[in-house]
Amino acid sequence: MNKHLLSINDLSAEEAFEILNTASELAKISDGPMKKLPTLRGRTVVNLFFEDSTRTRISFESAAKRLSADVINFSAKGSSVSKGESLKDTAQTLQAMGADAVVIRHGASGAAQRLADSGWISASVINAGDGTHEHPTQALLDAYTIRSKFPQFNQSFDGLRVAIVGDILHSRVARSNVLLLTKLGASVTLVAPPTLIPVGVADWKVKVSYDLDSVLKEVDVLMMLRVQSERMANSFFPSEREYSRGYGLDITRLNSLSKNAIVMHPGPMNRGLEISAESADSHKSVVLDQVANGVLVRMAVLYQLLGGATLIGEVSA
Amino acid sequence: MAIVLDAGEIGRALKRIAHEIIEHNHGLDNVVLLGIPTRGAFLGERIAQFLKEIQSPVPVGTLDITLHRDDLRMRPPRPLLPTLIPGGGIEGKDIVLVDDVFFSGRTIRAALDAIGEIGRPATVQLAVLVDRGHRQLPIRADYVGKNIPTSSSESVKVSLDEIDGKDCVEIVAGV
Repeated sequence: MNKHLLSINDLSAEEAFEILNTASELAKISDGPMKKLPTLRGRTVVNLFFEDSTRTRISFESAAKRLSADVINFSAKGSSVSKGESLKDTAQTLQAMGADAVVIRHGASGAAQRLADSGWISASVINAGDGTHEHPTQALLDAYTIRSKFPQFNQSFDGLRVAIVGDILHSRVARSNVLLLTKLGASVTLVAPPTLIPVGVADWKVKVSYDLDSVLKEVDVLMMLRVQSERMANSFFPSEREYSRGYGLDITRLNSLSKNAIVMHPGPMNRGLEISAESADSHKSVVLDQVANGVLVRMAVLYQLLGGATLIGEVSA
Repeated sequence: MAIVLDAGEIGRALKRIAHEIIEHNHGLDNVVLLGIPTRGAFLGERIAQFLKEIQSPVPVGTLDITLHRDDLRMRPPRPLLPTLIPGGGIEGKDIVLVDDVFFSGRTIRAALDAIGEIGRPATVQLAVLVDRGHRQLPIRADYVGKNIPTSSSESVKVSLDEIDGKDCVEIVAGV
């Protein structure tokens, strides 16, 4: 595996499955009475968050702590960033403090790549969401969750049918998921109003539909996306109510799903907009499994990036 | 390259270890076998098979020690191997760890740490197919298939039918 995890494109299908298998083994250990492992003792992981986050930050923190790494949490609010400090100066400060990995969430697409390529720091960089670009660990934890619900796709996602529904345009989760799921062999359909489908979608290995109801019966996994109002300067649909009618998962649509189908949502959910409360809390919903699996998958990623020798000078024999 | 144990000798050594386990523990009521992957896991299965033929079945599982190794930082990350703890758990049991080659003792130290994560057995014993010496830690084996004196430049290669298609133990000269 590469030194950094910036995009799903950094991983081959084998490497992605390797991460999922590692997470499965970690799951067995985490079921025991002792959840803490000594593996990353003495390593420092910095959570560098320029955008708000609940799940991802807590999940990375919890993953690092279970592997005995030291964790430093940094959020732009309340730091010198609000005094105008640049990403470069912030990064160099972290370097001086001896960070081994930097988990970065930033509002600008490409921020993680910039940090990794800049030469400002020697740490591994893990992209925890950059603008509307990618969120690779979310895609990995979604794949892990899918695999745990459909054991027949243990080795390959060939034949798995996934629909990703909603605000594709602004969604880094959708981008990473499309890349990963198609890499693993799944067939993916994007469902959204035309205004929320990205321009370059013709180059993606996916089908596109504007009609949710026609897709519902033919999917194993229905992945609902949050409508990202904070990234919408213009209006992309006439009203929330109209969006909800066309693309929201209400109880009628939930009931038309096949018996074994599951409903996913990366969170945070806008209950009543893209997903109704009944659907979010139904037995088909795996939203809380996704959160729990997130810790395991991030432990696996941290182990793969930091568990072995990271610097050339450290490798002996 | 010299063959030091052939298939027949490996079988007899494991059968003798099975007898010794029964003798040492006064039966098998409280015994659990844990093999260390990859080859220790297969050896654990084979010893369990002998125990079943001689007296009675025992719970057998596997224990991956990768996350507890002290040399993680000296090598690239390695994949995790399966850990399967038998249904009865290990609390208060007499654990017999099974590994193929006993060398520095560091693998067993890591295994003792890994066991500590899972529970508190009554005793932990160690069965190995080959003891090649050169201990770096104060750890010893309770059951040894064969003591093979080696120089530290040589390496000991264990092949098992389940994974390598043949049963033998060879000494490979160092470079």
